[in-house]
Amino acid sequence: MQQLATDRQREFAAALLDATLATPPGLIGPDGELSSKRFSVYRNNVVLGLIEALRANFPATCRIVGDEFFRAMARAYAVSEPPTSPMLFDYGAGFADFVAVFDPAVSLSYLPDVIRIERAWVEAYHARDAVALEPVALAAIPNDRVAELRFSLHPSLRVVRSLFPAVTIWRMNITDGVPRSVDVDSDGEDAVVVRPGAEVEVRLIPPGGAEFITALASGQSLTEATRRAMTEFALFDLSTNLAMLVQAGAFIGYGFAQGESYGKTEAR
Amino acid sequence: MTLALESVALDTRLQAILSRAGVGLKAEHYRTIVATRPDIGFFEVHAENYMGAGGPPHRYLTEIRNHYPLSLHGVGLSIGAARPLDRDHLRRLKQLIERYQPGLFSEHLAWSTHDTRFFDDLLPVPYTSETLALVTDHIDEVQDTLGRQMLLENPSTYLAFAESTYSEIDFIVETVRRTGCGLLLDVNNVYVSSTNQRWDPIRYLDEYPLAHVQEIHLAGYTREADEAGRPLLIDTHDRPVDEHVWSLFEHAIGRVGPKPTLIEWDTKVPTWPELKAEADRAEATMVAVGKRERHRAAIGY
Repeated sequence: MQQLATDRQREFAAALLDATLATPPGLIGPDGELSSKRFSVYRNNVVLGLIEALRANFPATCRIVGDEFFRAMARAYAVSEPPTSPMLFDYGAGFADFVAVFDPAVSLSYLPDVIRIERAWVEAYHARDAVALEPVALAAIPNDRVAELRFSLHPSLRVVRSLFPAVTIWRMNITDGVPRSVDVDSDGEDAVVVRPGAEVEVRLIPPGGAEFITALASGQSLTEATRRAMTEFALFDLSTNLAMLVQAGAFIGYGFAQGESYGKTEAR
Repeated sequence: MTLALESVALDTRLQAILSRAGVGLKAEHYRTIVATRPDIGFFEVHAENYMGAGGPPHRYLTEIRNHYPLSLHGVGLSIGAARPLDRDHLRRLKQLIERYQPGLFSEHLAWSTHDTRFFDDLLPVPYTSETLALVTDHIDEVQDTLGRQMLLENPSTYLAFAESTYSEIDFIVETVRRTGCGLLLDVNNVYVSSTNQRWDPIRYLDEYPLAHVQEIHLAGYTREADEAGRPLLIDTHDRPVDEHVWSLFEHAIGRVGPKPTLIEWDTKVPTWPELKAEADRAEATMVAVGKRERHRAAIGY
């Protein structure tokens, strides 16, 4: 049952992404003759559609490398890793890893991290909605219990770590960004990406902060997370990091015992 | 900072889509629409763009849905695929329909998935008994799962299959007869396919099962040529509706009367006034044709 249709679509699909394959037989123009030109319309539509989807999701990357280079890079990725879902807003999860080993781009060592920031931005944009804790909510916590605090993180929150000044480079290449010269060998930058309301926010994380957030996200207490941050950066500044995260809307609830959560005000 | 999501009861008077003109909703126009509340018949969205868990797309669509009728247009269900429908995708569609209660739901006579891959295009099917059987099964499953009728859209095609044994229209007629689905008549696709396949577009419309048409699409195309220098039109949705297509639309409306008519403009998205002007023209055409037909009837023409 439907074997012919299956075989037919298999050969059609294979030739769509592999331009070295011949046009499948029986695909004809109005004269009844095989028409490669007509088949190539579908080839172009598929590849151009995927390039456009990537361009929409990675605008800063496109601006950094230029349109022509981006198209070539996006085409190579689309052919090698076509989407597995019709939800194209979600296309490009593997783009950073692909670009990291894409020969013509290896000299742009910071590029994969810029792509990771843009990917985190897209994920945050479409993530589940939730109401962030207001700073005033934390004022109610008794001082003697602060050490045991555990936080529920906002579902849109992502952390991107980079050995390069990726946040600075990203920021210069978004709409309204002002290009200036950047020493790509200057200190690495980590970013927290979160969307507490309508707008996605990308903030620089102070030293040790990425480790700290990751520990909180895994359910560790404030004390445990602080200890972990200090193993990475001895001068880790807890109050600066905590204030930044609260201002960013990174938390949606808190509790004390493991797995417990108070003050959680989620809107879904 | 409250996101008013899912909390507002929909105004049921905005359920049915009247025989007016609408436009495809683009993110570029969200703010203008919310701020100015333009007079337009309805909005249509691509279902796949609203399958994320949350965020601004849902926020704006909720706001807009509260003031306008909505049509939901799927582009990724792959009804023509020689494999079972993606149940997860169907479930997501069902959730969207429950949440936004669109007046119409449509999908394409095409396929776009194979194995685990999604091809971002509407790929053609041969018109054979085998394809008819699988398309029929899939439409039955969609309508059973969603608990409502779907509209099937006629495709833009760039080539033909040597093995086809049905004409496109006979294939569509038989699909409607077997499944009870309705039709979305894309007049631009009629023009594009007719040019590419050397059919007469007026004859196509006259033979089309127009009684089942519940919505019309209009869009712009790009002109290219095949290896023999014959015109090869591409359904690009990146420019105004062509004059030939407007004429065909007038002909179609003369036959079926006014229908919910959508302007599709998906790439190189124009300013809101440009897009709105296309919808205004579609609506003016429906009014003019209506008057002409009533006049004809009055004088017994």
